[in-house]
Amino acid sequence: MNDDTLKKEIVALLRRNARMPEKEIADRLNSSADKIAALIRELERDRVIMGYCAIINQEAENGEVRAIIEVGVQPERDTGFDMTAERLGKFPEVHSVYLVSGQYDLRLEVVGQSLQDIASFVSSKLASQPGVKSTATYFLLKKYKEAGVQISKDEHYERLKIVP
Amino acid sequence: MSDSKLSPRQWVAPHVAGLPRSGIRDFFELVQTMDDVISLGIGEPDFVTPWHIREACIYAINHGYTSYTSNLGDPRLRKAICKYSAETFGLHYRPENECIVTVGVSEALDIVLRAVLSPGDEVLYHEPCYVSYAPSVRMLHAVPVPVLTRGENDFVLQVEDLEKALTPRSKVLLLNYPNNPTGAGLTMADKQRIADFAIRHNLLVLSDEIYEEISYIPRTPSIASLPGMKERTVTLNGFSKAFAMTGFRIGYACGPADLIEAMMKIHQYSMLCASSIAQAGALEALQNGQGPREDMRREYEQRRNVIVKRLNEIGLSCFMPRGAFYVFPCISSTGLDSTSFAKRLLQEKQVAVVPGTAFGSCGEGFVRCSYATSLEEIEIALTRIQEFVSGLS
Repeated sequence: MNDDTLKKEIVALLRRNARMPEKEIADRLNSSADKIAALIRELERDRVIMGYCAIINQEAENGEVRAIIEVGVQPERDTGFDMTAERLGKFPEVHSVYLVSGQYDLRLEVVGQSLQDIASFVSSKLASQPGVKSTATYFLLKKYKEAGVQISKDEHYERLKIVP
Repeated sequence: MSDSKLSPRQWVAPHVAGLPRSGIRDFFELVQTMDDVISLGIGEPDFVTPWHIREACIYAINHGYTSYTSNLGDPRLRKAICKYSAETFGLHYRPENECIVTVGVSEALDIVLRAVLSPGDEVLYHEPCYVSYAPSVRMLHAVPVPVLTRGENDFVLQVEDLEKALTPRSKVLLLNYPNNPTGAGLTMADKQRIADFAIRHNLLVLSDEIYEEISYIPRTPSIASLPGMKERTVTLNGFSKAFAMTGFRIGYACGPADLIEAMMKIHQYSMLCASSIAQAGALEALQNGQGPREDMRREYEQRRNVIVKRLNEIGLSCFMPRGAFYVFPCISSTGLDSTSFAKRLLQEKQVAVVPGTAFGSCGEGFVRCSYATSLEEIEIALTRIQEFVSGLS
């Protein structure tokens, strides 16, 4: 496998399990752990891999509150939605920012310690930002699936121990 | 009134009574009595059937697709199979009369053997092989003739060995590559040599290609696509392995119309048709299942890399399998025979592997390890195997 193919495979494996040891990646891909470590460093340096995070069951999230916020934005000449999106992304409460097609422009995911936290973020910070025309806030009530992982494990089928 | 004077009648036919129990069966019963076993003995995918396939079956039930289908199988499914076969294996069959949907490859094999064998006919097949081949032939009062394959040839069938086993009663050559239990596969040159042999001696070839989609070498066309072979080959395939659909029991056979017609007669009287609901799932698998199928194949391939490397490091030598999800390491360096190795490994380290002898006598000195199990479990099993082997010396 050449380096580019290896990198693609590494990214695919790390997306599935960011904690996969370099040794395991190397064995899976018939490579060496040193080589894999070097390629991962390159991927990080080139900002292909931007970070690693855990997928957490909501019950373990210590009462954190999350909300999806639809934001209508007045685009600017030359830069369109970019300036507003970048600026909103700087608030630590904002977990993710996407430009989307449809009824509104930016889709934010916001995290806070309470409903009030998020409510005050929206009214005092978000809504008053230049360029922001409208907001609609949806509190998340229950998480069923995140980053490809189903939260509840409902399939327990056990195979026969020996099958020809 | 007492009938104690009458000796009890033997109900079971002698040729069935004489069939050996599958070697795997005894081992299975031993494993069942134990807790916390990590099993490398499972010949089926560890993936659950992809959801879109399961959903298609639920849809079929909801919409009342619950009657018999055509004996040959739902025409839409046969059409999809023939299209798939043409695109994937370079084999062109007519869905109207050259394709039959069966209850797994097991049924396809059974009915094709029943369609072509008369008592005394001989079937050449390679060992080690799947456990049902010889008994299926014996049940028809025909004669299974094993041709041994060897580790030094990566378990590829050699024409010299075939020639030695040939007699005037030889009628059928049964092939299974990629192979269960060895993971062996055929290159194009291997296929050509075997095809030449079959043509030279006017044999019918039954090619069990159930592991064809789980292949790690560049795909080569089916043996049936070689010149002069299509008219003498029946290919057998199914959904169990490639699409993780073992419990659905859907297989199929493609071949010359007269043979498919003969198979259909047997199928119609014994089975009528395969499950309509499972056929709906199979159709969905062919239409939209390529992505999940390829994801599973890649995962198997990576596990194979890990397990082969580790087994060789432990000193149980094995070649790099070309397909399926089995490795077949040689354990003779431990001084144990296959059965003792497997039994002691199970009892002392709670790891289940299958003794090579379950797949034919020439499997002595080998065990089959399946990597259709998560890599976490494989890693634990390999660590225990390492402890077991180093404890022996």
